[in-house]
Amino acid sequence: MSPIISVQHLNKIYDSGFQALNDVSLDIRRGEIFALLGPNGAGKTTMISIICGIVNPSSGVITAGGHDIIRDFRAARSKIGLVPQELCTDGFESVISTVNFSRGLFGRAPNKAYIEQILRQLSLWEKRDSRIMELSGGMKRRVMIAKALSHEPEILFLDEPTAGVDVELRRDMWEMVRGLRERGVTIILTTHYIEEAEEMADRIGVISRGKLILVEEKDVLMEKLGQKQLRLQLQKPLLDLPTELKAYPLSLTQDGLELIYHFDTQGDQTGIADLFRRLDEHGIDYKDIHSKQRSLEEIFVSLVTERASAEAAE
Amino acid sequence: MNFHAVKAIYKFELHRTWRTIMQSIASPVISTSLYFVVFGSAIGSRMVEIDGVSYAAFIIPGLVMLALLTESIANASFGIYFPKYNGTIYELLSAPISMREIVLGYVGAATTKSVIVGSIILLTANLFVDYHVAHPFWMVTFLVVTAATFSMFGFIIGIWADGFEKLQVVPMLIVTPLTFLGGSFYSIGMLPPLWQTITLANPVVYLISAFRWSFYGVADVNVGVSVAMILVFLGLCLLGIYWIFRTGYRLKN
Repeated sequence: MSPIISVQHLNKIYDSGFQALNDVSLDIRRGEIFALLGPNGAGKTTMISIICGIVNPSSGVITAGGHDIIRDFRAARSKIGLVPQELCTDGFESVISTVNFSRGLFGRAPNKAYIEQILRQLSLWEKRDSRIMELSGGMKRRVMIAKALSHEPEILFLDEPTAGVDVELRRDMWEMVRGLRERGVTIILTTHYIEEAEEMADRIGVISRGKLILVEEKDVLMEKLGQKQLRLQLQKPLLDLPTELKAYPLSLTQDGLELIYHFDTQGDQTGIADLFRRLDEHGIDYKDIHSKQRSLEEIFVSLVTERASAEAAE
Repeated sequence: MNFHAVKAIYKFELHRTWRTIMQSIASPVISTSLYFVVFGSAIGSRMVEIDGVSYAAFIIPGLVMLALLTESIANASFGIYFPKYNGTIYELLSAPISMREIVLGYVGAATTKSVIVGSIILLTANLFVDYHVAHPFWMVTFLVVTAATFSMFGFIIGIWADGFEKLQVVPMLIVTPLTFLGGSFYSIGMLPPLWQTITLANPVVYLISAFRWSFYGVADVNVGVSVAMILVFLGLCLLGIYWIFRTGYRLKN
């Protein structure tokens, strides 16, 4: 199946000379939730802005739904909805008029029934005649989503959708995003909340300093890079590891009460059984055991840090 | 052509006018009426006729032009500047709409508002002064073309401005003085010869002269020259907008 969004060799150099994107190529599959992760200033918003037509690319080719975003911008843009990071609204307008305006702007004829459906889904129907300036931050965020959905897009960009919203609204939004995906909408989200990507994304891309350094299925990524830890709480504190055990990927906590063993779930042998035998031989007893998977956040931080170190070394 | 989008922008802008009716319509009408009371009725009654036209009637085209230029620039510049200011410009730039259609929506709405204000001022003037329109077709043509041209000029100012101060600089420090010195309240034939020559460098002279000709059949400058000058200014504004489209100046970078 052809990708719904194809980005090929995209570069963006601002007038100041700052290179925000460096030869980025990426395919987004139809119907997936794709999370784009990266530290501040990595180029996430620039990339979204270029795909949506807000910023001009320096070079590169992008198609949305098979349409070139520059040569065939009308067809490409009509498929895209965007919820930007900032809460940008005309505070003097009513909720319903601003949503109707967005639908018209995207070339769609008025459709009262559809707009009512969107506003009801986002719990905005009761507030439809309120001026936007009278709404809370969370409700304003919902208005932004309603505007982005008003023209029935096939692709939805969510740039930091849950930044600054409370836990309840965040959960509501996650539900809404899943609902949209079930209806066939492709969703691309950027987020600082790694657990958001972990919770929702099918695939994850990591961008750092304008370069796309990784694109992977979330589950595969977690398996490939998600090292596990086995933590053993000891009956008695150890002053030091026995010499024979120092060859193992083991560490001892400062208080000497916990042993931490790192292992790779992808390996043929985890070495756990062997470790237990050695501990038994040395008379090291333990009272509790638990294992922990490395989180996506830890993977993300290590990827970005490794990249920065490699670039510094060059 | 994305007609739904042009209509959406046009309706949105006109809706803003009704929402701020005191500022958009009542304010220019009241201030222009005060000009009629002070310069037309009070002072004008003691002035001699100019080119066979009473002073009160003579100033009507200039006052309408003053309001028209000010309102066209203000409406169009604010219309495009405000989305830049509050960030909603992202929606315009990401919509399947060409810059030509964006201009059509904003300039169309600003022109409509200015023509409405100009028409109301003309109707209001009728309460104070007896006047006639010798060439109604040309009067309406000059009214609409001037409103559209200066709405485009306002649109360019709105794109250029990166703060409210810049939004005000051109209308207040350039356009209003040029309008006052462009023969709104006098015939340039009343000036000394040197100043008559200097005044011809003021583009507003041609607008007011042509507009006054459509009322009373008398003009400071040949009507053909005035029409040519109006078309030159229209062409310059179109060029400016074309350049903005091509480069994305202050919009897409």
